[in-house]
Amino acid sequence: MSLLSIEKLSLKIGNLSVLKDVDLSIAPGEVMGLVGESGSGKSMTALAIMQLTPTSARIKGRIAFNGIDILGATEQQMCALRGDDIGMVFQEPMTALNPVKTIGEQVAEGIRWHTRASRAEAEDRARKILDRVGLPDQKFPLTRYPHELSGGQRQRVAIAIACALKPKLLIADEPTTALDVVLQAQILDLLRELVAENRMSLLFISHDLAVVTEMADRITILRQGSVTETGETARTLSDANHPYTRQLALASMHVPARAAPHIDASGPDLLLDVANVTRDYPGRRKSLFSKPETVRAVDDVSLTMRPGASVALVGRSGCGKSTLARMILALDKPTSGTIKFRGLDITRATDDELRRPRRNMQVVFQDPYGSFDPRHTVERLIAEPLHLLDRKPDRKERRDMVVRALHEVGLNRSDLDKYPHEFSGGQRQRLSIARAIITRPKLVVADEPVSALDVSIRAQILDLFAALNHRLGIAYLFITHDLTVARAITDDVLVMHEGRIVERGKTTEVLANPSTKATQALVSAAPDLHRAIARKLQEQG
Amino acid sequence: MSDAAQHKPETLNDVVWRALANRSFVIGLLITLAVAAMALVSFFWTPFDVTRLVVADRMQPPSSTHWFGTDHFGRDVLSMIMLGSRNSIAVALVAVGIGMGIGVPLGCWAAARGGWIDEALMRLNDLVFAFPALLSAVMITAVFGPGAINAIIAIGIFNIPVFARVARAGALAIWPREYILAARAAGKGPARITVEHILPNIANLLLVQGTIQFALGILAEAGLSYVGLGAQPPMPSWGRMLFDAQTVMVVAPWLALFPGCAILLTVLGLNLLGDGISDIFDPRARRRP
Repeated sequence: MSLLSIEKLSLKIGNLSVLKDVDLSIAPGEVMGLVGESGSGKSMTALAIMQLTPTSARIKGRIAFNGIDILGATEQQMCALRGDDIGMVFQEPMTALNPVKTIGEQVAEGIRWHTRASRAEAEDRARKILDRVGLPDQKFPLTRYPHELSGGQRQRVAIAIACALKPKLLIADEPTTALDVVLQAQILDLLRELVAENRMSLLFISHDLAVVTEMADRITILRQGSVTETGETARTLSDANHPYTRQLALASMHVPARAAPHIDASGPDLLLDVANVTRDYPGRRKSLFSKPETVRAVDDVSLTMRPGASVALVGRSGCGKSTLARMILALDKPTSGTIKFRGLDITRATDDELRRPRRNMQVVFQDPYGSFDPRHTVERLIAEPLHLLDRKPDRKERRDMVVRALHEVGLNRSDLDKYPHEFSGGQRQRLSIARAIITRPKLVVADEPVSALDVSIRAQILDLFAALNHRLGIAYLFITHDLTVARAITDDVLVMHEGRIVERGKTTEVLANPSTKATQALVSAAPDLHRAIARKLQEQG
Repeated sequence: MSDAAQHKPETLNDVVWRALANRSFVIGLLITLAVAAMALVSFFWTPFDVTRLVVADRMQPPSSTHWFGTDHFGRDVLSMIMLGSRNSIAVALVAVGIGMGIGVPLGCWAAARGGWIDEALMRLNDLVFAFPALLSAVMITAVFGPGAINAIIAIGIFNIPVFARVARAGALAIWPREYILAARAAGKGPARITVEHILPNIANLLLVQGTIQFALGILAEAGLSYVGLGAQPPMPSWGRMLFDAQTVMVVAPWLALFPGCAILLTVLGLNLLGDGISDIFDPRARRRP
């Protein structure tokens, strides 16, 4: 007898068919992994179970939860179910909590509403569940506000809210996507324990096969709104009978073929030379008259890069990697230390002197949605760095250069007059790369360039980076918390922890034999599809 | 790359069609054109001469001769509204123009520079805000003499901090975006980034604030005219008509109704127009071809 069974669920919004004949069932105490790329209908399935689909959606089929016909239930019945028997955890811990309410109020709210418990009783239960998710009352009293917590802690609060009433089913929609690998491992452990303790069922939604494999007993793969395959996790993935399953598995383990760039990297000239760089930020003022304490984001960092090199800068979120990147890009000045780019000290250069290094140094950001002005056309966006050239190209030349950059990243001329919203995430990341390479830079700094992308798109973008490195001899500084990316595309790695570089060396060697605690934590927390499948197969015999 | 092939660049024709398909733009445009036409016509012709007082016809309710009735001096209300539109609209428009023209650059500058300049500008702003606007306008016009021009300047000065604040808040929200960072990495300076990226993205906010300030401008002018510091009689203004009407509200409600409706319609029209314009020029609102 299954707790949740979905039969032939179809969902249409306007003329768009979002879900087509989806079947899915979850037994009590079972963890079901729901995998698919963005737009495949994973989240819509979850929303349909909660009956939280947009009002314009037309639903057909049957959803039965614990003997209740969900699609036929009234709003009142659903309100009783939501938060009591079905809990939900969302992706973004920054926006899932109400910033003006304390965490105690937010956890107690559901308890009071559903059980009619008194305030004191509810707070007592809230304290217990918060303690259970790793936020003990001594350190995290109920009176804390969400902004006083880190991303991982907020996600724990969200889990506490969802699990406060010991629901029969927990739906977790990409609960760890916004967190770094170490936090991800902790949250996954927590979810696993909660499932085991309460014999709770879990619908675990993710685009990351390795994570799902670690979590799920069974797996359902969605593609464009229909189920392509479903079955035991390890068996399904290791056999990979369905071509799409195979494609997904291959893409998430993808390592681009790399060839050495056409560039002489053996010369004495350094491309980039960062020496003893420190960056302090003014912290919070303790009282009106005391000087604010400073926060050291980057602490005495030195590194060098040769032309054409591909270097990874890895570390947990908040370790100072992005601050370092900004200083290298001359967007921020270090408190002390020097940064030399092709011999010129950019920390002391004037805006005019910076034109040349800026031309040779470009950037690719993480968020393919936020890194373009929504009101400009592609031509104007990609041509933006061209004004750094000494001789201004005329309209036709400019257009030609943009078209060539578009070709290099696999887009074409017809995209020139479009606006960014007309592209998918992967295409936007290509645009972002096109903008970065249009001035033929020597160095591209890429800040988490693939972590917002689906696995198959991620594989394509990594291939593109590898190809550009080979063809144009561009050196890369990849900033990431994802070791698979570092392994796939870089030769050298720098591990950063609390503002310092704690370990450096050849990527393969460092990641195979990490010698510091920080690196070990990163390596052991990183999800790995091979290992996960092997472990699952062992468990299941 | 599924949608790469069918894209066609937009021609002027397409823009016009899209504008005509936008309901609020069309309605807003029609109302605004009607009000503007009324103001223009009043230069050449009004149904009655408002400088002639016909005591025998005083306080007439709306009729076929006097469509909107007559006031306590026997003047035709329709004619007064037509003439008054010139005054009210001109004052409000120029006041908004002064506010935007000075306030927006100040706000953008404060947001771009940050630090003590931002702090100083905003505190100065607070200082201007701290004075009741109408009272200070009364002071200014009292010192420099009553009249439409001084009223415009007085109201305009008090629009500056409003626009400076809105522009600064909007700009501050745009500055940390990654596309601004990308533009800075491309070596563009703050002035250029403000013109190219910040202003187009806060134009929406400014348009909405502009229509609100326009309405407030008409009311402020009404207030100034009421105490005799705005447009001088016999030139009518909507505001003074409203204030004149309030004493006789019970016996002659049409005296308040029609100027009130005129203000409401004008503001509504501009509001819809502003809304429509910002929709039309937002590329995200465009349908995929």
